[in-house]
Amino acid sequence: MKDSSWRGDFPLLRNRADLVYLDNAATTQKPTVVLDALARYYGCTNANVHRGAHRLSDEATAAFEAARETLARRINARSSREVLWTRGTTEAINLVAGSYGPLAVGDGDRILITEMEHHSNIVPWQQLCQRTGAVLRAVRVLPSGELDRDDFDARLEEQPRIVSISHVSNALGTVNDLPTLIGRAKSAGAVVVVDGAQAVAHFDIDVAALDCDFYAFSGHKMYGPTGIGVLYGREELLDAMPPWQCGGEMIERVRIEETTFAPLPFKFEAGTPDISGAIALAAAVDYLDRQDGNAVATHEAGLLAYATSSLNQVEGLRIVGTASAKGPVVSFLFEDAHPHDVGTLLDQQGVAVRTGHHCAMPLMDALGIPGTVRASFSLYNCLEDVDKLCQAVRTAKSML
Amino acid sequence: MTLAASATSLDDIRSTFGFFDSWQDKYAFLIDIGKALAPLPAAYRVDDNLVRGCQSQVWLVPRFDGDRLKLAIDSDAHIVRGLIAIVLAAYDNRSPRQILDFDIEGLFDELDLMGHLSPTRGNGLRAMVGKVHSIAREHTDS
Repeated sequence: MKDSSWRGDFPLLRNRADLVYLDNAATTQKPTVVLDALARYYGCTNANVHRGAHRLSDEATAAFEAARETLARRINARSSREVLWTRGTTEAINLVAGSYGPLAVGDGDRILITEMEHHSNIVPWQQLCQRTGAVLRAVRVLPSGELDRDDFDARLEEQPRIVSISHVSNALGTVNDLPTLIGRAKSAGAVVVVDGAQAVAHFDIDVAALDCDFYAFSGHKMYGPTGIGVLYGREELLDAMPPWQCGGEMIERVRIEETTFAPLPFKFEAGTPDISGAIALAAAVDYLDRQDGNAVATHEAGLLAYATSSLNQVEGLRIVGTASAKGPVVSFLFEDAHPHDVGTLLDQQGVAVRTGHHCAMPLMDALGIPGTVRASFSLYNCLEDVDKLCQAVRTAKSML
Repeated sequence: MTLAASATSLDDIRSTFGFFDSWQDKYAFLIDIGKALAPLPAAYRVDDNLVRGCQSQVWLVPRFDGDRLKLAIDSDAHIVRGLIAIVLAAYDNRSPRQILDFDIEGLFDELDLMGHLSPTRGNGLRAMVGKVHSIAREHTDS
């Protein structure tokens, strides 16, 4: 536990040996197998997919669709038709709001989110409300960083058509009790969207067991490349939804008068997709699948516990977000120091953290703080990284 | 009401920075001169006075005294206040012409400032400089 047995799998950590990388909630580093998958694809298989005119294209298509199967297995989707490639979580949520949204809500209908959402799970719904006259409501967050369950239940009585919640808070690490929340939301008749961006690297996701209708996540936060992500959607809903972007790949037959669209999942994938990204993301999933999930979870929980207790010993430091269930994220503040000042001084000492509002301004407003310093951990971090963080924090504190 | 004037002169900043070779000393000095700045009264810390492009909140209030631009700038972050002290030392109580003629990039190079700032922080500093320049340009004939 002093070290991480996974560290050697990540070339960047070797190439930047002095760096203490604790910004994993923003993006994770990539294992060698992912870099190799990208190089192998462009070196051996690169061709456009679904054109079928030659062998190379067939191979690229096979690898691309095998990647979709890998992702479908990883999240336990019923079929790979329910797995849409997107650029990431943001685009996935925009797709739901843009295509499903107008089918689901009209004037006066409620859409329910929470105060802890990332802006990408707020602004698309605001825009949908502006277009349709629907009304956006947000469940309150308690000072602990947990959802106010009474407020959640009260908001459900307004019978929202859509409930969109994060699985894990990016700013605080709070893990929401999805089985309960989804159960109640569905009983109230809502369609449930989950922002899983911060969950996929740390937890096994089972969309069937969760019984959510949509689940969005990004590849680059789970050791895959940037620019590729997934929207899982329940097949009946996806079937009923109109195309979102239009062009090549998503059509069956185009006449000037009328177009018929391709079946799922291609209806939602206009244009040449991120083929290499999808294949490399599948390599990242294979990498995760090969690890002992319990060992990873224990290691990350150990980092969280050690960081929490170590930082709590720094006088004047306050951890923001004290939920009983948390991902490996510690957000904190000094009473009298601006988080940006702390972040700058940590950066000078080779410790990479995120500072500021973490794209969750409503959450910061609700907690009455300008932002936080956020250290977020991954399987390749070790106890020594936490010690270096705490040492750098003490130095910063002495200077401010 | 008199708004804050620059507390530290350019000569002081130049000579003191020259003594430092560690990042820690430079930052400690930045934090010190930032703390020495008189804070902007709350009434001026409003959205209309915010400088766009800064990661931290930076409020800038310009005022002309004859042909001289009097600047009051403040931030909620100490290190940014230190950078503000440098900007004020270079620009406060100068004419628009003097401001536009002053080689601020040269000063930043001389202090080796950008090398010690994250790109985001550096962009914020440039946003501040850009704001002062645009005010100066509005008040220059030609």
